[in-house]
Amino acid sequence: MTVAFEIGLVVLLLAIAAWIIAVRDTFAAVVAYVAYGLLLSLAWVRLYAVDVALTEAAIGSGVTGMLLLGAAARLRETEAAAAVETSMPLRLAAAALCALISAGLAAVILVPPDRVPTLAPMAMANLAASGLGNPVAGVLFVYRSLDTLLEKVVLLLALVGVWSLAPDRLWGGVPGLRTYVQPNGILTFLAQLLPPIGIVMGIYMFWNGANNPGGAFQGGTVLAAMWLLVMIAGLEDVPPISLGWMRVLLVIGPAIFLVIGLAGIVLAGAFLAYPADYAKPLIIVVEATLTLSIGVTLGLLAAGPPERMQQR
Amino acid sequence: MNLALDIFTILAVLAGAFFFLAGSVGLLRFPDALTRLHALTKVDNLGLGLITLGLLPRAEGLLGGLKLVSVWLLVQLSGAIVTQLIARVVRRDGSRA
Repeated sequence: MTVAFEIGLVVLLLAIAAWIIAVRDTFAAVVAYVAYGLLLSLAWVRLYAVDVALTEAAIGSGVTGMLLLGAAARLRETEAAAAVETSMPLRLAAAALCALISAGLAAVILVPPDRVPTLAPMAMANLAASGLGNPVAGVLFVYRSLDTLLEKVVLLLALVGVWSLAPDRLWGGVPGLRTYVQPNGILTFLAQLLPPIGIVMGIYMFWNGANNPGGAFQGGTVLAAMWLLVMIAGLEDVPPISLGWMRVLLVIGPAIFLVIGLAGIVLAGAFLAYPADYAKPLIIVVEATLTLSIGVTLGLLAAGPPERMQQR
Repeated sequence: MNLALDIFTILAVLAGAFFFLAGSVGLLRFPDALTRLHALTKVDNLGLGLITLGLLPRAEGLLGGLKLVSVWLLVQLSGAIVTQLIARVVRRDGSRA
């Protein structure tokens, strides 16, 4: 029975993937991509990778879907004009290269080595020293914390990239998030009702991440979604990007991570190492501030580049 | 007792699955946006509701059951509100399909 479900899931995933490539309308492709991400997170659950499933649903499907929808809305007017006929040799070359990459990936996955090299037993054996119960959190914040730190810096760089799209005269202005303000509308009701639940859930996801699936990224995404909901419903103004405390929130997570990492050189003998007795509290401080920073960064990424100056 | 609970679960989940099927058929077959939305709300309310009801006896304790119910309530909330928003746009701009 479960095999039938799994085969059905895989067939559905492949069909939606093919459809996303084949469909000509950007909006339809994005909607299908969101559905694809949700189905993919189901597949991750079936593979017992609940952490990955949560991230796929939150980031892969949710935030990326919203960013792509925004891009599709912006492109809608120019899309018809941009439909240039490509020449046949170019198409064939692209098809050949894509096929080559797919074949290479398929070869790697379909013909695995006899013994797959794994660090999992070692990772589990030393996990207790960090005070964490979730091996994924252990990898993210202990074994591979440099990757995690750089990941957050990349997120900030992405935001700088989005902001850089603003013309000079609008620098420091208000992001062009589309809002739907209806004082007695149903969206206002949702934006009043949902955030208390969502904020608790976001904090729970980060807190729970130490021992169970969850973590800073998933929690931060939920917080960002609540913030965006409140801004879209017009209950809070979209802040100008020059706002001081908001910029502090953006960098506080990576900055504290970096400070604790540098302190590790002196106190624990290596960059990003934690002093033995304080590993758990330090990881919680890092995760809590990262959750906040991720939430603000993702919210501002979705809000887009500045489009107007703040009215005084 | 266990047998009765199992039968209850199977019946409720089957009934829920029926509403999912009916809602999906409605989404594909109904002529305009408003009736298609009407079909989808049955999936949220009755379909997911019956499946949640059927799974309740299998929940891990009271907390697990509460989690299931809150999932259903949250889906209800977002489903109802998204339906309202789409319906409002349809009434304002007319249905394109």
